[in-house]
Amino acid sequence: MHSTPEASEAKTFEFVAFSAGSQSYCLEITQIREIRRWAPVTALPHTPSDVLGVMNLRGAVIPIFDLAARFGLGKTPDNERNVVIVAAAGGNTIGLLVESVSEILSVNTDTIQQTPDIKSEATRNSIQGVIAVDEEMIRVVNLDAVLGADAGLAA
Amino acid sequence: MSGQQSIRDTFFEECEELLEALVEGLAEMEDPDHSKETVNAVFRAVHSIKGGAGAFGLDELVHFAHTFETVLDKVRSDTLEADPDLLKLFQRSGDQLANLVEAARDDKDPNRDAQAVVLGELQKYLGAEDAEEEIVFDAMGLDFGAELVLPDLLDIEDTSDSSESADSSDGQSSLKIAIRFAPKRSLFENGHEPLLLFDAIAELGTLTVSADTSAIPAFAAFDPAEPGIIWKLTLETSESETVLHEVFEFVDSLCDIDIKVQQQEKQSAAPSETIEAEQPKAQAAPDVPEASAAPEAPEMSPERPARGPVKQPAPSSSAASAPANTAAAADRDHRGPKPTLRVDLDRVDRLINTVGELIINQAMIVQRIEELDLPSGANLTNELEAYKLLARDIQEGVMAIRAQPVKPLFQRMSRIVREASDATGKNARMVTVGDATEVDKTVIERLADPLTHMVRNAVDHGLESPEKRRAMGKDEIGTIRMSAAHRSGSVFIEIGDDGAGLNRPRILETAIKKGLIAPDAELSETEIDNLLFLPGFSTAAEVSALSGRGVGMDVVKNAVQALGGRVSITSTPGRGTTFTIILPLTLAVMDGFVISVAQETMVIPIASILETITPHARDLHRIGMYGEVLRVRGRYVPIVDVAQNLGLQRNVDTNGNGVLLLVETEMQELNALRVDAIHDQRQVVIKSLESNYGRIPGVSAATILGDGKIALILDPEELVKLNSDDVAPMPIIANQEDLHHAFHS
Repeated sequence: MHSTPEASEAKTFEFVAFSAGSQSYCLEITQIREIRRWAPVTALPHTPSDVLGVMNLRGAVIPIFDLAARFGLGKTPDNERNVVIVAAAGGNTIGLLVESVSEILSVNTDTIQQTPDIKSEATRNSIQGVIAVDEEMIRVVNLDAVLGADAGLAA
Repeated sequence: MSGQQSIRDTFFEECEELLEALVEGLAEMEDPDHSKETVNAVFRAVHSIKGGAGAFGLDELVHFAHTFETVLDKVRSDTLEADPDLLKLFQRSGDQLANLVEAARDDKDPNRDAQAVVLGELQKYLGAEDAEEEIVFDAMGLDFGAELVLPDLLDIEDTSDSSESADSSDGQSSLKIAIRFAPKRSLFENGHEPLLLFDAIAELGTLTVSADTSAIPAFAAFDPAEPGIIWKLTLETSESETVLHEVFEFVDSLCDIDIKVQQQEKQSAAPSETIEAEQPKAQAAPDVPEASAAPEAPEMSPERPARGPVKQPAPSSSAASAPANTAAAADRDHRGPKPTLRVDLDRVDRLINTVGELIINQAMIVQRIEELDLPSGANLTNELEAYKLLARDIQEGVMAIRAQPVKPLFQRMSRIVREASDATGKNARMVTVGDATEVDKTVIERLADPLTHMVRNAVDHGLESPEKRRAMGKDEIGTIRMSAAHRSGSVFIEIGDDGAGLNRPRILETAIKKGLIAPDAELSETEIDNLLFLPGFSTAAEVSALSGRGVGMDVVKNAVQALGGRVSITSTPGRGTTFTIILPLTLAVMDGFVISVAQETMVIPIASILETITPHARDLHRIGMYGEVLRVRGRYVPIVDVAQNLGLQRNVDTNGNGVLLLVETEMQELNALRVDAIHDQRQVVIKSLESNYGRIPGVSAATILGDGKIALILDPEELVKLNSDDVAPMPIIANQEDLHHAFHS
């Protein structure tokens, strides 16, 4: 993953695009383990509202985060199309609840633009860059930053 | 390269076992009635470490082990008496040997000063003649080309050993010894070579060797993998017979060997002809050429080419064995390898994980079948029950693989006690109880550091100086007592001293000075004791070199908690302090009640529950705004609402009182946990929450239920604590009945 579009050697990366809080996001495909249909999870006490709970992934207990809530876009409403993206972040396996998964993008690194210099530092950190696809702007999620210290994740 | 590394690893693994045997043997030697075999076992342990160390060029270790061994040999040959002083020195030598092994393993520098002291004392026991003998290892390179080199090295090592032990024997009149040596197939399979053994013997004196080929079968039945030659050796030597036994030490379970001291040299007239004469020529005729090649055969052709039943070489029939020979036989029996298997830990863990899945799967199947609503009494139910028991058996069996006795851990601690008492000038002895108690391997490994710290503390801070002890009318030698026991599904490990007990005023003072508590705080004795566990607390007036290493008891507490355990202290002034570590039996499964709390299914460990109570309204009383107590046989017990403490909204519609689970905290305080209902009792597989998420107060782990859903496993101890400090009580929207009840109680 490169947030530097100046990279001399342009390479093609694949991203999975999805929508959360009615916005378009994407994650690099190598970070994603699998995509599952949403199923009720076991709630965890004493956790922030964006931590939905834990679910059983073939015997492993993984926490599920509501990505929209995490970005401050409000809780993801219940919907049949909701899916959980199981991803690896910093040695942990976690799940992200998103509204829907749309497509797989093949993107040349030099078409990834730097995150516009917006005010919110938290946002700047959690978005690695943006990709313009047709009329849409797709935000590249920096998973490690999103699940940073305050996520409750053990180091 | 990696092959050599793995041989090296094996060596250090073996060293650990040998050191264990050594410590055990030394402890046995303290018993005045110990058998000769005990000394032999100790000697062998040191000797084997030396042998291996030589092969890896660990000179320091070899040198030390050699000196140690030479003194031991004097005890073994009764030229030196093992008095208490010497035994103590042996103990310390054992410690140093262990230190050296560790240093060699971790490529660190050993503590040479301590080693030199012990070495010096050992050398005092050696006469001038054996003090400075050269230890020669002929083939001590690290060039492991062929796989067969190691055994060869051992053989050669033997050689050097025998020559050096020569000095310790009296070396007066020469003996004539007849040896009947019948190698078994396994000798060759292990890569031993009789020729090398003979070479080693030849160095002891004049050797005549002849081969008895009578046991070689006819050509048709001949199996090249089966040794057929029985070797007859006659040795004229000035060495003692024990030296000869040492040569065969590494192969004595791989061959039939019979060593007979025939007579003193003076009377000896019969040369080797007698033996030569025994060799029957008639039968051997066509086989001889093959026979001579037979011993090498297994190395070249590992698969067994023969099919006919081939007789083992006839076992030694000579009943008239010299006394020394029976000793050697006893030796063998004792040494008979413990039937153990070394298995990669990863494999065991994978198996344990799979079995965990099996348990979950079994629960799922049971649930699915229940959903089918089959007519009762169906055979399926019985089969299911059997399946459940089998799954449980497998699970317990697998867990038992990981379980190991705490003995080696305790032995290590007695070493720490000796080191610590040396360093502090205190007299301490270690008493262990229940060292056969088995605990999960991971627990043992992770306990080593906290225990070391606690034992050091016990000697350094717990015990008084000998003068002070004498003044108080106590035994000058302080006792550190370590015990391990299984109690109600937990492992209890206690470290106690019979020292002065905790100095509570000083603890209080220190805590106030360090700003850990308010100056006007009123604390109970237990609370004061528990201040020790606060981060940044150290009572030592001046930080001593021994225990003041920047690690406090808080580190101990954290390590124990990470294993799902707890530490508590009891202390009586003038009588001593005892730390108790309570750990779960295994880290993988536990028995739990499946309960529901605010519509969530959860699990609570059965081990922590004393009693379940469906309360009567008349036994419930309100205290203050939110407090509630339960009367149990005349005693008032605070009620802890689990849902509330977990920040879950309790459904006020469900019947208000729910079920109460009586639990006892480590402070022996009773609490009643309120849950909505108990559904089931079952074995659950513990899944860590911390690995992918983090710690949640009041929750120790999670498990997977029959329906594949995750249930949280509650930690009663922590739940109760949450009640008292962390969680601000949330007002329950009490229903009319509750209020009514509160007003009228």
